[in-house]
Amino acid sequence: MYSDFTIGDPVVDTAAPEGPIEDRWEKRRFGVKLVNPANKRKMKIIVVGTGLAGGSAAATLAEAGYQVASFCYQDSPRRAHSIAAQGGINAAKNYRNDGDSVQRLFYDTVKGGDFRARESNVHRLAEVSVQIIDQCVAQGVPFAREYGGLLDNRSFGGVQVSRTFYAKGQTGQQLLLGAYQALERQIDAGRVEMHSRHEMLELVVVDGRARGIVARDLVTGEIETHLADAVVLASGGYGNVFYLSTNAKGCNVTASWRAHRKGALFANPCFTQIHPTCIPVSGDHQSKLTLMSESLRNDGRIWVPKEMGDLRPPQEIPEDERDYFLERQYPAFGNLVPRDIASRAAKNVCDAKRGVGPSGLGVYLDFADIIERTGRDAVAAKYGNLFEMYERITGEDPYTTPMRIFPAVHYTMGGLWVDYDLQSTIPGMFVVGEANFSDHGANRLGASALMQGLADGYFVLPVTIGDYLASNHLEPVDPDAPEVGEARKTVDDRIRKLLSIDGTRTVDSFHRELGHIMWDYCGMERTEDGLRKALDLIAELRREFWRTVKVPGSAATLNQSLEKAGRVADFLELGELMCLDALHRNESCGCHFRAESQTEDHEAKRDDENFGYVAAWEYAGAGEPPVLHKEDLNFSYVHPSQRSYK
Amino acid sequence: MVTVQKRPGGAGVRRLRNTSLQLKIVMAVTGAISVLYLVLHMIGNLKIFLGRSELDTYAEFLRTVGEPALPYSTLLWIIRVVLTVSIVLHIVSATILARRAARARPVRYAATPKTPGSYAARTMRWGGVIILLFIVYHILDLTTGTLNPNGVGGAVYDNVVSDFAPSRWYVTLFYTLAVVAVGFHLRHGIWSALQTLGHSSGARRHAQKVTSTVIAVVLTVGFLAVPFAVTFGLVA
Amino acid sequence: MRLTLKIWRQSDADATGTMVGYQVDDADEDMSFLELLDVLNEKLILSGDEPVAFDHDCREGICGSCSMVINGHPHGPQKATTACQLHLRHFRDGETITIEPWRAAAFPVIKDLVVDRSAFDRIIQAGGYVSVPTGAAPDAHATPVPKVHADRAFTAAACIGCGACVAACPNGSGSLFLGAKITHLGELPQGQPERDGRVVRMVEQHDAEGFGGCTNTGACTVSCPKEIPLDVISQLNHDYIAATSGRGRIA
Repeated sequence: MYSDFTIGDPVVDTAAPEGPIEDRWEKRRFGVKLVNPANKRKMKIIVVGTGLAGGSAAATLAEAGYQVASFCYQDSPRRAHSIAAQGGINAAKNYRNDGDSVQRLFYDTVKGGDFRARESNVHRLAEVSVQIIDQCVAQGVPFAREYGGLLDNRSFGGVQVSRTFYAKGQTGQQLLLGAYQALERQIDAGRVEMHSRHEMLELVVVDGRARGIVARDLVTGEIETHLADAVVLASGGYGNVFYLSTNAKGCNVTASWRAHRKGALFANPCFTQIHPTCIPVSGDHQSKLTLMSESLRNDGRIWVPKEMGDLRPPQEIPEDERDYFLERQYPAFGNLVPRDIASRAAKNVCDAKRGVGPSGLGVYLDFADIIERTGRDAVAAKYGNLFEMYERITGEDPYTTPMRIFPAVHYTMGGLWVDYDLQSTIPGMFVVGEANFSDHGANRLGASALMQGLADGYFVLPVTIGDYLASNHLEPVDPDAPEVGEARKTVDDRIRKLLSIDGTRTVDSFHRELGHIMWDYCGMERTEDGLRKALDLIAELRREFWRTVKVPGSAATLNQSLEKAGRVADFLELGELMCLDALHRNESCGCHFRAESQTEDHEAKRDDENFGYVAAWEYAGAGEPPVLHKEDLNFSYVHPSQRSYK
Repeated sequence: MVTVQKRPGGAGVRRLRNTSLQLKIVMAVTGAISVLYLVLHMIGNLKIFLGRSELDTYAEFLRTVGEPALPYSTLLWIIRVVLTVSIVLHIVSATILARRAARARPVRYAATPKTPGSYAARTMRWGGVIILLFIVYHILDLTTGTLNPNGVGGAVYDNVVSDFAPSRWYVTLFYTLAVVAVGFHLRHGIWSALQTLGHSSGARRHAQKVTSTVIAVVLTVGFLAVPFAVTFGLVA
Repeated sequence: MRLTLKIWRQSDADATGTMVGYQVDDADEDMSFLELLDVLNEKLILSGDEPVAFDHDCREGICGSCSMVINGHPHGPQKATTACQLHLRHFRDGETITIEPWRAAAFPVIKDLVVDRSAFDRIIQAGGYVSVPTGAAPDAHATPVPKVHADRAFTAAACIGCGACVAACPNGSGSLFLGAKITHLGELPQGQPERDGRVVRMVEQHDAEGFGGCTNTGACTVSCPKEIPLDVISQLNHDYIAATSGRGRIA
């Protein structure tokens, strides 16, 4: 059991420029060393993942002249899970003249992240947001427009300005196709080698620098070594550690976790966002959860019966026997409170046995009022496609029966630690998008994940990676170097081990059990006792996994069970670190709610004095207690205050 | 599996064979020429209801038109050549496309429910073959007269009347089947040509499909009117 | 629910496959179709058999990974629904369900229900983009786009690249996929400078991949989970004729 850790030296972001915040990115851009165009052609960069961050990075680096090798586990780069983002993308364009600005987007994001993100990074994000929209429109992304032909905006995620650009409920899809098409153009030009159906299984570190990856061709099973001058991880988040989440089934932590084991610090792993409006679990067979857009909360009213165990159909429960608990508890914001607050409130009423639906884990999202006020057609025009999707999945008609919703794991703010240049603690390894920890702090606001992925990939990384490549003279790596052989051997040994156990339990059964542990003890509300218990349970489950897992088939063909087994093995290690991080952070902030740290009226109580830092964890070896490195967070522009939505 | 995805042929290489889309355009244009011909042909046929002399005079007119500037039968031969070239191109394109389609879909599904696609494809391909066989018979019957019981050159009215005499009901039946096949071919074909030539859209599709059906029905009825009239003794 | 499944099993690209029958006794009507396969696979693994390989990822109908022909219908019989969002309540207790991979020469089977759809990527490589390097974009409001054009572009851009259109087409044609991209980019001012070259190159690539020609049967649009309209093929044809007849804007 290792519910213990040691404290190491503080980690410092040495790449961050000083000076007035609005000049820092400009200053950094001017400060970077440039790579001679003739040299760029000789330099190779590996990009793992083809979502918004990876796809945009690979395309942009290739346009700049580098040789790029791009990897994705899906059959096509267009299928990365960024495609499923629904709501929109923020940008400080102020096209509505409603008082928006870079400064305001910066402020909202720092505050929304509950003061656990870096000011410099967030300000840069807000600056770059403007360019993202220009770039995407030029690529042909069909954003929603008004009759005058100009772009439409909506307000999203509880902010007071309309800064969200959207393409119906398919914004992620359209942005990703823009990046994908830019990437395909570079593939055609011969500047990107595309490796679809490939999974990165190990990082190659030579002389302390990231110099390549070991990947498995998922079709032939061949283990391949790919060497380069730098490696970019854009492999997404790790929400699937909970088994049930809104992530795609293939989403995994393996690339990040292998890099972590090779020395990259993992920051704030316990910061996971639970989204309040998902379709509840219908049974044990459930494989994945589906998000219903947050926009539904603009017009739907959330309620549960006042009485415990009230099993009447919702239509038969009279108005005065309903508890509109968000409107009651948060009169100022009502149903529009931020995601973390709405999620926890729903959990609390369900814990009090007032939840609805067959499992008791659900609350009603009722559209009866708005249908009566504006008519069915008006509601259909606004939410028709979402209502259809709900009916397709549940078989219930939301026009006549209130929707049932329940929170679900949606996004992970934590990830590999990076400096201002997006470089990890392994020189030459950069991390972009959801895979890094940098911009959202302890809670992500709606429509800001797409913004961050594209900011990193299109505009930040292509500048900062050049500084690394220009500043370091990198000799080619010998493919027979011992470090390369050792990385390959690790991969080979692990695959052989997984296939040889031939036990009695399937990979999915372990994954499901891990998910239950994580959800129960490291979910919406965390306690010291629960987390300690989870640490014991996970350690035991991991031992059982390596004793009794059954992985059929061989390594030399397409073997989806083997793919899953490797991913779950890494989740079993990550889960432990998440619980440890959650245990050590004895405060409530953003999505991390510790029962021990709440105000008298049961609201989250942040502890800036003791926890105003980024927790960056170092892997110290199998079975060894990890080492905590703290990066102090300083707020000079947005002063920390307790959030209140009453 | 090829992991480095490179397009076969690479960018900018001109391929020699025609694209399927080009072949489809050929089919649409040659099909349109054939439809135009059918309309004129049907109008000519209907002159039978005006009497023997009207029809035979019209047949002779088709041969003498343009004289003396043009030699005898010039227009007729121009029409025949254009029509033959069109139909040959139509059939050649259809054959190439059908072979490509067979190569593109080499394995059949084990479960084959009724799908909208299979209906139109059947009508067009098998219908086309039936129509081709009919054309051959039709030329031998009423153009060269080889298979016609009367078979006198220029005596169009008599040839037709003897051809569809009540005792030769089976000829009328075969003729009917063939004309109905033409009708089905046109019902999908006319709209399909509009779509192939890029003149269709969701807003116009219904009107275009209705128009296709109307043209197909008018031609079918128009062509069937003559043999039925003869077989049932309305024209003798 | 008790269901009998007849599934195409093929161990690798070169093997000859066959339909194999399975019985699932504890299906639940709230399960999605892919969850039914999950349940079957769990059983197969524990009984020492190889599970059925199938492509899937987001399971919410947007990534386009899932690709199976259910009772002869790509993605199953329910309109505008991908296999991952198809639920068992649309089947009868005791029913026999046939499950096959996409069938098309351009989509060779890799294993069981998994096919290789990289031909679609190569069609996009042939011109399915706007050439605008990062950083070269003017302000987003520099070029207004009439709403009707933006909306039509969006309708076409909703294509998820799953390949159901090809699987449904009796000619194995990828015209709906191709037309969707041509229409998406052709409706927008940003797509104009490359419009003619794009359609010619993409059509040639489509044919070189071994897809058949369109015979306007409309089977594609019926099977399309995103209901991409047949108009996009007409638009494709229109643009192709314009580009190759010299009536185009820029060669």
